[in-house]
Amino acid sequence: MKNAVGREIPDKLLTGGKEVYQGKFHMDGKAYHKAGPVVRRAEKPQESKVLGSIREACEKCGAHDGMTVSFHHAFRNGDYVTSMVMKVLVEEMGLKDLTVATTSLGSAQDLLADYIEEGKIIGVQSSGVRGRIGEVISAGKLKTPAIIRSHGGRPRAIETGELSIDITFIAASSADDYGNASGTGGKNNCGTLGYAVADSRYANHVVVVTDTLVPFPNMPAAISSIDVDCVVVVDAIGDPKKIGTKEARVTEDPRNLMMAENCARIMAATPYFKDGFSFQTGVGGPSLAVNRYLEDYMRERGIVMGFALGGMGGNICDLMDKGLVRKLLDTQDFDTKAIEHLAAHPDKHLEISTSEYANPANKGAYVNKLDFVVLAALEIDTDFNVNVLTGSDGVLRGAPGGHPDTAAGSKCCIIVTPLVRGRMATVCKKVVTVTTPGDCVDVLVTDYGIAVNPARGDLIECLDAAGIVHTTIEALQEKAYSLVGEPDELEWEDSVIAILEARDGTILDVVRKIKPVEL
Amino acid sequence: MIPRPRPERFRLRRTMMFMNAQRPGLIKDAYIYGVDSIMLDLEDAVAENQKDAARFSLYHALKHIDYGDTEVIVRINGLDTPHWQEDVRVCVAGGADGVRIAKCESADDVRRIEEHVLAAEKEFGVEEGRTLLMAALESPKGILNAREICQASERMLGVAISGGDFRKSMHVRTERSGIEINTARSLMLLAAREAGIQCFDTVFTSLDDEEGFRAEVELDHAMGFDGKSLINPRQIAYVHKTFAPTEKEIATAELYVRSYEEQSKRGVGVYTVNGKMVDIPFIEDAQRVIALAKACGVYHGDL
Repeated sequence: MKNAVGREIPDKLLTGGKEVYQGKFHMDGKAYHKAGPVVRRAEKPQESKVLGSIREACEKCGAHDGMTVSFHHAFRNGDYVTSMVMKVLVEEMGLKDLTVATTSLGSAQDLLADYIEEGKIIGVQSSGVRGRIGEVISAGKLKTPAIIRSHGGRPRAIETGELSIDITFIAASSADDYGNASGTGGKNNCGTLGYAVADSRYANHVVVVTDTLVPFPNMPAAISSIDVDCVVVVDAIGDPKKIGTKEARVTEDPRNLMMAENCARIMAATPYFKDGFSFQTGVGGPSLAVNRYLEDYMRERGIVMGFALGGMGGNICDLMDKGLVRKLLDTQDFDTKAIEHLAAHPDKHLEISTSEYANPANKGAYVNKLDFVVLAALEIDTDFNVNVLTGSDGVLRGAPGGHPDTAAGSKCCIIVTPLVRGRMATVCKKVVTVTTPGDCVDVLVTDYGIAVNPARGDLIECLDAAGIVHTTIEALQEKAYSLVGEPDELEWEDSVIAILEARDGTILDVVRKIKPVEL
Repeated sequence: MIPRPRPERFRLRRTMMFMNAQRPGLIKDAYIYGVDSIMLDLEDAVAENQKDAARFSLYHALKHIDYGDTEVIVRINGLDTPHWQEDVRVCVAGGADGVRIAKCESADDVRRIEEHVLAAEKEFGVEEGRTLLMAALESPKGILNAREICQASERMLGVAISGGDFRKSMHVRTERSGIEINTARSLMLLAAREAGIQCFDTVFTSLDDEEGFRAEVELDHAMGFDGKSLINPRQIAYVHKTFAPTEKEIATAELYVRSYEEQSKRGVGVYTVNGKMVDIPFIEDAQRVIALAKACGVYHGDL
C-alpha cells in the first residue's frame, strides 16, 4: 500500500493494526491504554541492591532466550555498557534470539554486528544504525527487519506497549546502593539521562550499571530507585571524551558559516523571533554554527531565548551564561562543557526525558512548543522529504534522532545542507529513504540558495519583506544535477531489512536489501 | 563554455575577494558567497614553480564555471617578473572581466599592460576594449603617481592600495588607527575621485580580530572608499552591511529628491528641508544614495 509520502509499504507488514503514514497529526486525539511493566514488590527491607556482577544481575532479572533488552546511548561513541552486557548475555550465558532496543547504535557497539551475524541477536530497534551494525543489517544478516524510530517515537512505542522491554541496563555516572542514578557526580559523566527515563519506568526489570557508587540518597536523580531492581558496579561505564565526535565541533568553514548565517537571518525575519522564542539545533557543522549568528540578532533586537531544547553543546551553554537563554531543556549532552554546565546549573539547565521532549502520544511534548529547529540532512527531495538514515549506496548509516519530531512540532523547520557532497547531489528528485516527511519541513538553506516549502506562503512573505533572496527547490535540485549529474536509481532486492516508523507509529518507509554490485 | 556579458566599468564593488587561482576547490563556486567581485590570484598566492599550473586552472575555471553576476578579476604577476605577459594572455583568452595590475607605479605601467591586453584581445578574437583594468598601488612611487595612473586608460575601473607591501616600504607596522597609511589612502582617494574611477582599500589579514576588522571597514566607509579587498568569505557580510545606506539616509535622500522635484518646478533653487539648507550638490548626493541603495538591494521605494 502506498503511503502519504508515496512509498510502497508491503501489505504483510500491515498486520496487528499497523497502518501506513497518512500525513502529520493523523493520530491526533486517538485514545489508548498505557502499557505497564510487570513489577516484583520489594516490600521487605533490603539494605542494598548492589550485586557482584552483570551476570548476577541478569540472572536475578530472569534473563532468557528471546527476550528484549534495552540501553541508552548518552555516551555515544564512548559507550562501554551495551557491549559489556551483550557479551555477558551471549558469550557467558549463551542466550540467543535476543532483541536489542537501544536509543541509538554506533561504532562503540560494533561487537553486536558479530552477534547479529551469528544469529544470537535477531531483532534491533533503534533510532540510529551506524558503523558495522548498519552494514550487516543492510546485508540482510538480521533475522527480522530492524525497526527505526525517532527519539519521540521510541517512548511512544514503549508507553503504548508496542515495545516491551524485559530488562533495561542503564549506564549511570553515579548511583547509590538503592539505584538512584544520575548522569553526573561520577568519574565518567555523560550529563542528562533523558534517553533512559522511559525505559526505567516501563521495563519489567531495571539494572543500573555504574562506576561510581555514592552514599544514599543520590539526589536529584533522573532514575529513581523505586524503579530499580539492582545495581552493578563496574570499572568504567564509558569515555565521556568520545561523546563529542568531530561533528559536534563549531565549524570555521566559510561555506558552513554562510549557511548558518542565512539560517539566523531567516529566523530573524519571521514573527516567531521575539522575546521568549524557543530553538533547537542539531550538531552538524552548519546547524551548530547558527548559535553564533543568533547572538547578534538577539542583542540587536534586545530579546532573549525562552528555552533551547534537545541536545546541548557548549555553545548554547555559553549563550545562557551570557544571559541570552532562560532555560535549557536537555536530552543529550554533546561535550564536556555541556555536561559540567548541567551539573552546575540545576535551576535552569534541566534534564528532561525523551517522552517529555518529543513523544507524540503523550498529552503534549515540548517539541510542540518549539518555534525554530535547524536540522541537517543527508538528502532532501523536491517534495521536501528528508533522509537522514541511508547513504547514497542504500546502506543504513544514520539516525532520525529527534529530526522528525522537531520538524513536526516546530513552527519553522529549517533544513541546512550543502547542495552537493563530493559527487552526490544532496538536493535530489527522490530521497533514498523518507525519514522526515516533507509536510513537516518549511525552509531549505543550501550554499547555492534558499528554498521555502510552497505550503508556507506566510514564510515566503516574511523572507521577501526582509529582502532574503530565495528560489524553488526544483531550481536547486537542477543546479545540483548540473554540477554532479543525475544519479542512477539504486537497485534493491525484495526483502525488507528495516522498517522506518513515523513518529506516530505508522510506517513511513522501508529499507530493502541492496542488490550486490556486479562489475 | 560559459559566455560572460561585457563587463561594466562602473558597478557595485563593495567587496573584492582574493582566491588562489590554483585551488579548484576554492574557485569552483566562489560566487556563492555573494561577493561583488572575486579576485583570482596568479601572483603572491601561487608558488614560483606553479605559475603555469595556476594559469591552466584559471583558464578552465573561466571557461566552464558560470559565475553569474559576480565579477571575475585576475591579479597578474608584476611587470618585473617573467610571468605577466602569459598571465595577460590567459586572462583575455578565458574572458576575465578585468586584470589587476600588481605593483603598479606609473601610467606607463598601465599602458604597457593595456597594449598586451589589446594584442591578446585581437589574438583570441575577444571584443576589443572589453577587458577592464585596475591598478594596485604598493609603493611610495605608486601612491605619488596615483593621479597619472588613475587617468592612464579608459579601461581603468579603479585603484587599490596594497597595504602589506606599502607598509614594508614605509618601515611601519599595521596600526589600529590606520595612521601609518592614512596619507597614502587619502592621496589615492583624491586621485581616484578626480579621475572619476573607483577606489578600494587593502585587505585586513587578522581573521580572528573581528573588532579590528569592523573598525577598519567603518574607517574605509567613512573615508569614502567604494569597497575593500577581502581574504575570507566571512568578511563579506559586515562590509556589505556597512557600505549599504541606512534606512535613515535613504529616507532623507528620498525627501531631498522629492522636494527638489517640487521646488524646481516652481523655479526655486535653494530652500530648506527640516531646517536644513538644501541645494543642487545635496540633491546629487541624495541621488547617489538612492542609486547605491538600489544596487545594495535595500531600496524598496519608487524613485
